[in-house]
Amino acid sequence: MSDERTMVEALNLALREEMDRDDNVMVLGEDVGADGGIFRVTKGLIDDFGESRVMDTPLAEAGIVGVSVGMALAGLNPVAEMQFSGFSYFAFHQIEGHVARMRWRSRGRFTLPLVIRMPFGGGVRALEHHSESREAYFAHTPGLRTVIPSGPRNACTLLKAAIRSPDPVIFLEPKAAYRAFREEVPEGLDPAQLDKADIRRKGADITMISYGAMLRRTLEAAETLAEEDGVEAEVIDLPTLAPLDAETIGASVRRTGRAVVVTEAPLSFGPAGEIAARIAEEAFVYLEAPVNRVTGWDVPMPFFAREQSYLPDARRITNAARVTLAY
Amino acid sequence: MPRARMKELEPIEILSVLDEDGNFDKELAPDIADEKLIAIFRAMAKARLFDERLLNLQRQGKLGTFAPVRGQEAAQVGAVAAIEASDWLVPSFRETAAMLWRGASLEDIFIFTAGYNEGLAIPDDSNDLPTCVPVASQLPHAVGIAYAQKYRQTGSVVMAFFGDGATSEGDFHEALNFAGVFEVPVVFVCQNNQWAISVPRAKQTRAHSLAQKAIAYGFPGIQVDGNDVLAVLKAARDAVTRAREDCLPTLIECVTYRMGVHTTADDPTVYRDEEEVEEWEDRDPIERLRLHMRSRGLLDDKAEDAMAEELKDEIESAWKSARDTMEGLTDPSMMFDHLFAEPTTPLRAQRNAFEALRDDRKAANE
Repeated sequence: MSDERTMVEALNLALREEMDRDDNVMVLGEDVGADGGIFRVTKGLIDDFGESRVMDTPLAEAGIVGVSVGMALAGLNPVAEMQFSGFSYFAFHQIEGHVARMRWRSRGRFTLPLVIRMPFGGGVRALEHHSESREAYFAHTPGLRTVIPSGPRNACTLLKAAIRSPDPVIFLEPKAAYRAFREEVPEGLDPAQLDKADIRRKGADITMISYGAMLRRTLEAAETLAEEDGVEAEVIDLPTLAPLDAETIGASVRRTGRAVVVTEAPLSFGPAGEIAARIAEEAFVYLEAPVNRVTGWDVPMPFFAREQSYLPDARRITNAARVTLAY
Repeated sequence: MPRARMKELEPIEILSVLDEDGNFDKELAPDIADEKLIAIFRAMAKARLFDERLLNLQRQGKLGTFAPVRGQEAAQVGAVAAIEASDWLVPSFRETAAMLWRGASLEDIFIFTAGYNEGLAIPDDSNDLPTCVPVASQLPHAVGIAYAQKYRQTGSVVMAFFGDGATSEGDFHEALNFAGVFEVPVVFVCQNNQWAISVPRAKQTRAHSLAQKAIAYGFPGIQVDGNDVLAVLKAARDAVTRAREDCLPTLIECVTYRMGVHTTADDPTVYRDEEEVEEWEDRDPIERLRLHMRSRGLLDDKAEDAMAEELKDEIESAWKSARDTMEGLTDPSMMFDHLFAEPTTPLRAQRNAFEALRDDRKAANE
């Protein structure tokens, strides 16, 4: 089999390899068993690992997360799936009230090596409630790690790292990137290092910061700027959104003096605002222009016929960078 | 194409062993050694005395808000007396009597009630979860722990506590449903104390009982006289056996009464009649067990006085050591501990900022 994999296949490989490695690792959620998950991320796992480790659960998100909390504090390593991030709100009280706090509350007695995977974001022409980008809810919650892959390869290594983390991880999968492109993802990759930003393109003129499905569009904008404007943009991916690697961002902006932050999430009180604030703290005197935020609008995601009007695209990102460069 | 009746459901059992005068039904009573019955009485008396001391210190402003256990001693001690140390306890926030039976320290509870996180630290060898404030949210945890016992074949069971109000929460239904589907060794112990703050049991559900809710999830439910420690113990033992041997859940509804306030921030005179409280005073679980034990020659004035003295000394000495410990709890920077296995870079920076403020304040005060 070729090592070229989609993100879905790469996630499946990560789950398979982690389940092979450690029989404490188990998968639970709606339709994750016989169906292999509605996006097929858990395809075939039930055949290889059985129903005791690949559990089709009743349709109840709080139950899935709450039961996972119990499994984790009793020594198992559950990987729970929320079918869409838009339904994780049913479980939000479990996430905020217990996932994020159990270690802290029990003073270290009960740790939660737990991963909650969920597809998020727009771009696949889905129904209402299936396309939001609400990572701020999780990133804002003390005690959680929020991890967001941007492509097949880091999806595989980040999921392995999330599963091996002794702390809970909210693992948001950009479903627009699930099958959009393939990367070389061989078997046996080492886990990624969490909490580290990833410089995906070197450049001296402007820093562009993004994550998830917006990374590809940001990289595309950077190529356009190079070709059409002769501008070299540095592009930073944030595979761990929270905790934020402000050092890497700050060091880059101190070199370039300009920054554009790109997210699908709505503008106000969102991740782009936090990143902009950290840039102000880390690189204020180096800034040649205000930090420019290119984000979703402060409205619910429109129904799918118009979802691309909501999402930042390469042209909008390129133009924002030009405004920042011309400031 | 008939219009017919579904199979008749098994009726819900009700169980009472000990009457209000301390007489008991030998046939129904659990087999229990005298020493264990004395230990149960002592635990109930200790919970009552401790509750009174907590209330007294709270009224003096020395402790914060807490949820008194008064009236529910049998419903709690009777249940946990049926599990082993290696089993798991998943409490709500009013399970002081159960926690003490399981070995929680009086000193820690004082410290927690005084508002210090350190009082909720769970010892490494304990399988008891910390108290859980959001109503019913602990119940899915019990199911997950029970699943882990089944998967690992540890032979341990999980006992989870909650109140009548919790049966209206989604987490209650989701937990019981998952427990039934996954067939896990868990015992759900409902403390139906008749009141969820100001809302009476009749306004939580139109159902005749809370125990019958188990039927919908496909496992047995039983309603017991929750002020009858022998009935609670008997029902809990049966449920624990079912969990341990057959990996099946049980719902036990303990019909009891919250004789005091919901929490110390509550004033029940606003919403309930004193006559109702007085009626339940006559069914006091400790008094019933006292009469029973006296009639069997297991307790006399002398033994009871000695026990009361010992318990009061134990409580006072725990309060003294709690105060000594709290004098040493001067550094709030512990709030940054135990959030992650290793502190993250932003958290480390915030801790440094906090410690600089703390030291600056200390210097200003000196």
